[in-house]
Amino acid sequence: MVTATPVKTEYEAIIGLETHCQLNTHSKIFCNCSTKFDSPPNTNVCPICLGYPGVLPVLNLEVLASAVKMGLAINGKIASYSKFDRKQYFYPDLPKNYQISQYDLPIVEQGSLEIEVVDKETKEVTRKTIGITRLHMEEDAGKLVHAGSDRLAGSTYSLVDFNRTGVPLLEIVSEPDLRSGQEAAEYAQELRRLVRYLGISDGNMQEGSLRCDVNISVRPKGQKKFGTKVEIKNMNSFSAIQKAIEYEIERQIEAIENGEPIRLETRLWEEGKQRTVTMRLKEGASDYRYFPEPDLPPIEVSQEQIETWKAQIPELPAQKRTRYETELGLSAYDARVLTDEREVAEYFETAVATGANAKLVANWVTQDIAAYLNNNKLNIGEIALKSEGLGELVNLIEEGTISGKIAKDILPELLTDGGSPKTLVEKKGLIQISDTGELEKIIDEVIASHPKELEKYRSGKKNLKGFFVGQVLKKTGGRADPKLTNQLLDKKLEA
Amino acid sequence: MIDTEQVKKIAHLARLEITPEQEEQFTGQLSSILEYFDQLSELDTTDVPPTTRAIEIKNITRSDSMQPYPSREELLKEAPEQEGDFFKVPQILNTDEE
Repeated sequence: MVTATPVKTEYEAIIGLETHCQLNTHSKIFCNCSTKFDSPPNTNVCPICLGYPGVLPVLNLEVLASAVKMGLAINGKIASYSKFDRKQYFYPDLPKNYQISQYDLPIVEQGSLEIEVVDKETKEVTRKTIGITRLHMEEDAGKLVHAGSDRLAGSTYSLVDFNRTGVPLLEIVSEPDLRSGQEAAEYAQELRRLVRYLGISDGNMQEGSLRCDVNISVRPKGQKKFGTKVEIKNMNSFSAIQKAIEYEIERQIEAIENGEPIRLETRLWEEGKQRTVTMRLKEGASDYRYFPEPDLPPIEVSQEQIETWKAQIPELPAQKRTRYETELGLSAYDARVLTDEREVAEYFETAVATGANAKLVANWVTQDIAAYLNNNKLNIGEIALKSEGLGELVNLIEEGTISGKIAKDILPELLTDGGSPKTLVEKKGLIQISDTGELEKIIDEVIASHPKELEKYRSGKKNLKGFFVGQVLKKTGGRADPKLTNQLLDKKLEA
Repeated sequence: MIDTEQVKKIAHLARLEITPEQEEQFTGQLSSILEYFDQLSELDTTDVPPTTRAIEIKNITRSDSMQPYPSREELLKEAPEQEGDFFKVPQILNTDEE
């Protein structure tokens, strides 16, 4: 009797992200209070952001500018007519009992973002476009210190700090185009790159200036109908986004396979236990009773104004990556590493502008300099070696003035003390010996003082060539031109 | 037009505690208010663009300048309850933040 092997169902995850990005304006969205993070509690507050009776909000123009710039950066459609709305809900961190947000006429719609997913093994890069449904402006809520925190252990009340109330936010809602934890984390990172390049936010997840909520469901591959959606909150790093999604995909598939229903709910990511846990069940859609904000007039952004703001947008990461690959011949991986931070990309470009070889500059920035920055927890702007200096160093290697080894030896000093690599090389007497006559003389001396090794080499032990190269480098203090040394040794050892 | 279930829902959304007598009272009152508003539907508004505000102004903005509020103590003392520099509120057990 033949028994059929049950076919294993393949599933796919459908993922969308809602991202809140805190803008780095000096003042809040509707009042003149400071937005400074970590100020003493309730010091950055006024009657407007505390929602006292009779006050009127006024829109901060810089918030609108940031929203439009971000809208352009995500290839979105900027609304010619937009308005604010009141989103009503009751919570102690919301002093007015409504949040000023945007509902049916957001400032930006129909955007997209290209992400690059890197294969960890092969380092191969694949590109994918993620749709962005909308981007809108809104105000942040205050911060609750909950019972159970160190400060409130065993207490029966909570404390509110309203400093964050009214800090401007952009909410960016993606289409459900993401299919894995890695894609979602990459999408969030690309958003972070954009806001940092635009200079509108520091995108710091740990401090809460970039917050992501994930909506996720799974369904058998090929099925058109979406599964039941679960929302996940409380992820404060890109790796947490990836891990929370991977965990949730497994959890939902397991539930379906066991015939258990997926509940419409909000879950929290527990970093310590690396799992998601139920926070609350969703009983139907929330009724926020949105209506137009009567205290704020509508916004009409002219084409002329859009062009002015567009002109202030720098070359963005995706454009840089393409240019580095096509014009400078860099690998997709190197282009990606170099463009991750705007400061690093600018450092790299200034070094290349000195006439230095782009691939060599890329190697120095992504390897030796990156390692130094990492080990010393520094930004590229904090090292003493200026980008022009790196260009000069690479040119010295290219011209044959110094070897790569000497460059590596002097790099630590350049990184801490700065200055001109050329001057340092001259001062230390490290200029490479590239004179054939001078090198031949040194090689002859080395061969003459190692007759046994020469005999072994000539009787077939060809790997001893490395020994002779080492001896020449030792004798010259590493200054012998490696290429020329190899050529001359080949000739002399075989003679 | 309006039934008691809707009144209960609105009361819940507004976090108002109302008695069964008030439920009945508001059901009648809200229904008559809406009937009164219904008179507007007698007008032909085919060519009238939707309006959300009475005064036609737009693009009222301010520059991004910081100005600390001078009397912070005054603001804090308006809190129903205070602890140090914080506003004190009933215990919130979950982080049900929007």
